[in-house]
Order: sequence, then structure tokens, then C-alpha cells
Amino acid sequence: MIRCDQVSKRYAESGDVLNHLSLEIAAGEMVFLTGHSGAGKSTLLKLIACLERPSRGQLLVDGRNIGRLTPRQIPHHRRQVGMIFQDYRLLMDRSVFDNVALPLVVAGLGSQEVARRVRAALNQVGLLNREKAHPLALSGGEQQRVGIARAIVGRPPLLVADEPTGNLDPQLAREVMALFARFNQVGVTLLIASHDLALISSLPYRTLTLDRGRLVADTHAPKFTASDASLSV
Amino acid sequence: MPRPSPRRWFRNWLALHHQEARSSLARLRGRPLPTLMTVLMIGIALALPGTLYVLTRNLAVLGDGWEHTAAISVFLKTEVKAEQAQALARRLAGRQDLESVILIPPEQALQELRAETGFAEAVEQLETNPLPYVLSLRPMTYLDDVAGLEGLREALSALPETDLVRMDTLWVQRFQGIIKVGERAALVLASALAAGVLLVIGNTIRLEIENCRQEIVIMETVGATRGFIRRPFLWLGLWFGGLGGLMAWFLIALARWLMQAPVSQLAALYQADFVLVGLGPAAQVVLLGGSLVLGLLGSWISVARHLAAIEPE
Repeated sequence: MIRCDQVSKRYAESGDVLNHLSLEIAAGEMVFLTGHSGAGKSTLLKLIACLERPSRGQLLVDGRNIGRLTPRQIPHHRRQVGMIFQDYRLLMDRSVFDNVALPLVVAGLGSQEVARRVRAALNQVGLLNREKAHPLALSGGEQQRVGIARAIVGRPPLLVADEPTGNLDPQLAREVMALFARFNQVGVTLLIASHDLALISSLPYRTLTLDRGRLVADTHAPKFTASDASLSV
Repeated sequence: MPRPSPRRWFRNWLALHHQEARSSLARLRGRPLPTLMTVLMIGIALALPGTLYVLTRNLAVLGDGWEHTAAISVFLKTEVKAEQAQALARRLAGRQDLESVILIPPEQALQELRAETGFAEAVEQLETNPLPYVLSLRPMTYLDDVAGLEGLREALSALPETDLVRMDTLWVQRFQGIIKVGERAALVLASALAAGVLLVIGNTIRLEIENCRQEIVIMETVGATRGFIRRPFLWLGLWFGGLGGLMAWFLIALARWLMQAPVSQLAALYQADFVLVGLGPAAQVVLLGGSLVLGLLGSWISVARHLAAIEPE
């Protein structure tokens, strides 16, 4: 699903954020990405969603070469990658329904199809009864779930999340992770950047560790199986 | 995410435009005062050349009586008698280059002098009628055929009965020249102010884009195309242009209405009845169509310049 081959990203002001990074994530995997702040986690996620372009190296996402996408292809690529942010990035002047509908509306779907899918997505994150509410009226955990609903509403094969639990208490964080695990069970590939090592180490998933733009550790799923995990909250 | 079929896509596209048109109008209504200021600015800029154009149109209407042909007056010698004058009139009426020939006898001329001018008392003093027979001619040739008219004048002067030929073409030509200058000035002014309107709309749209920066970033993140993000701003520009055009139309109509009463009074002093004409259908289409085009163009330029600068992160 994701193949990074000697990828570097250099910013004029901060130098190399990613430094000859190579890694591979197969379709259907759920992978954590960890490391200190500034290690390049967010940058890698942005490259995958083509919010940025690699400076060097080749990055393939679902067979598409990110460095070679034409401006016309970029929006279509972004629709295939659900993005979830630490700060949720919701439109505060629009209802929950309209926020979740955004990816479908920009893709040009009809209003009936939009309504059907938005309700399905809200149902999955347990916010079906809040569709008319405005984001400001929701708690942080609920706002993050709106953000997740928006990411999955277009049924992308790949979800990338940048510190999705960074602003949530441990209980809510576990709930969000359980939600991700459920998406993963139906075949969605997930890449989750987080520095919450306590949470990550308690979960049976592969973990990639970045340090100053390089891959320094790649721990595969621990010995215990998913059924042992404490995610069945 | 599946792509809809072309037909469905087109239907959705239309629905989206409809919704965008309405929501951008609602956005304008949400801030009535700044919107009114912008619309007024555009309206005044477009009303200036429009008013100048209306002015030249009215001058042209005023000059309509002499617009195409010149009237020629041939004063016959005083010794020419009625029969001779009538015979000459019949002869001239047979000429190909004359449209009409009217013979004005001295008695009729004197009567008109008495009735229409302030010389009634002076006329009473006269013992004999000093006026000659006059032939009032309308040539076939048009005003701009200077050589043809000159030839006609020479032919008329050469007649033995003729005392004097008067042909007032020069001032009519000058008048037409003035109208042409006015029309050109309206065009030049319109071009300059159209550029001003483009800047006003472009700047307003730039501010709108700045206000929506966060929203634009989120839309780009979830896969909105450039066209999708551009659309509401283009609609906004269309609304500004269209409303500005309507405002200009209203201002021109208002100016005409305000001018009608004094113009009527002035015309009454010349025993005339003059109703001011407005823009006319063609110019109304140009005004409203042009303002829509300006709105779209202004926002397009602004969007092209400023949207490119907004990238996610």
C-alpha cells in the first residue's frame, strides 16, 4: 500500500526532515509511527496524502507515484487517503453533517447518496444523533470522532492519522484506537502517528520509530494476538 | 470512492452551481453594508460613462431633424414673378438629385415672419412686401457627400432667377462631430473605469479568500479540485458585477429622471417638447452583460493569483 524508497524531504528553513527513508506497509496493515517531535512523522503523513511532495526518492501509495502526480490527479489521490488530525480541522460554522459530507460533496456526489453515506459514517463513530449539532457544541472526543467520520465517509482504502489521540484523555484515546482496530478488521490500511508510547506498546501492532528523518526501529506485532489486546473496551 | 456517471455528474454539477449561487448571495446578504459599498463603487464607476453616453444620445436625438440631409434655401431675385417662380419649382422638382421642392411665396414668408418672430410690429410698418420667392429644397445626397452638395449649390447659383443660395451644412457637420467626440469619450472613460471595476472586484475577492483560508485548506485536504474551491469566489464576483451593473442602471435612470423637469422647461422656452431618452435596449444589454463579465473576470484574476498561494500547511 505504501512504499518509501530513499525518500527525503528538505525544507528551506529547517533542512532535511526526512533523510533517505525507506519503508513498506502492506495493504490491510495497521501500523504505528512514533518518534520525538521533529522526527518527521507528520511530514511523512503529509507526503502520503500528497499535501507535500518528496524532495528526493520515490514514494508509492496504492501504486501511485506521489512525486509524479499531476495537479489534476492530486485531488483524486487525496480522496483515496482519509486524513485525521490532532486538532480535528473541522469547519466551525457548519454542522456535523456538513463537515462529514465535505469529501463527498467535493467529489460531486448527489445529495441523496451523500446523506446515506454520511449517516452510515456517523453511525460507525456513534454520533448519528448529533448530525445537526455544530462542532463547538461537542466535546473534544466527539469532535475527533466527527473528524474520523469525515475521513472514512469516502471509504478510502488508507487512513492516516496525525496524533489522533493527542488531545484526548486515556479513556477516549482507547476508544479511538478501538475504532481504528475495527476499520482495520474490514480491510482498511492505517498509519497512525503517535508519541503516546504507553498506549502503543499495549497494543499488538507493528510500530515504526523515526529519529531525525530516519527509520531507527521497526518492531513487528508482538507475540500475543489481537484477542489478548485490551482494546475490547 | 466511485465516480458518478457523466449524466449524474452533470446534474450534480448544476445542483452544486445552483447551491453555490444561493449561498454566495446569502454571504453577501449577511454583510449588507460592505456589500452595498462595493456595489455602489462599481455602480458609480459604470454609471459615469453610461451617463455620458446617454447625454450624447440625447444630443443626437436633438439633431435628428438634420441628421441625414441638409436643407437648401434658394432666394430668388425680387423681380422674379409668381409664374416664373412656379415654373422654376416644377423644373427643379424634375431633377434626380432633389428629394423635395417647396415654393414659399413672399406673402407666406411675411406671415410666418409676423407670427413666429418678435418682428410683428416692424412688419406692420412695411408698406410693401420686401421678401422674394424662396425655394426650400431637400437634396437626395447625404451630408457627408460634400462634393455632391457643392456641385448642387453651384448649379443652383448659376440659375438666372437665383439671387442667393444658402446651405447650412457646416454647422450640422460640426454638431455631428461633437456627438462623435462625446461617444468616443464615453468609450474611453468606460475602458478606464472598467479597469477600475476589475481592481475593486479583484480586491474584494482577495479579502474573501483571506477570510476563508482555513476552510480552503480543509477542502484541499479532503480532495477538492481547484475548480471546486474557485467556484464560490467566481459566483461572488458574478454577483458583485451583476449588482454593480444594476446599480449603474438605476443611477443613470435616476439622473435622467432628475434632469427631465429642467430640460422640459428649457425646451418650452424654444417652443419645443423634448423628452430625454435613456440608454436604449442595446446599451442596457452591454451595461448588464459587461458588468457580469467584469465581475467574473475580476474574481477570476484574483482567484488565480491568490488561491495558488494557499496550500495545505
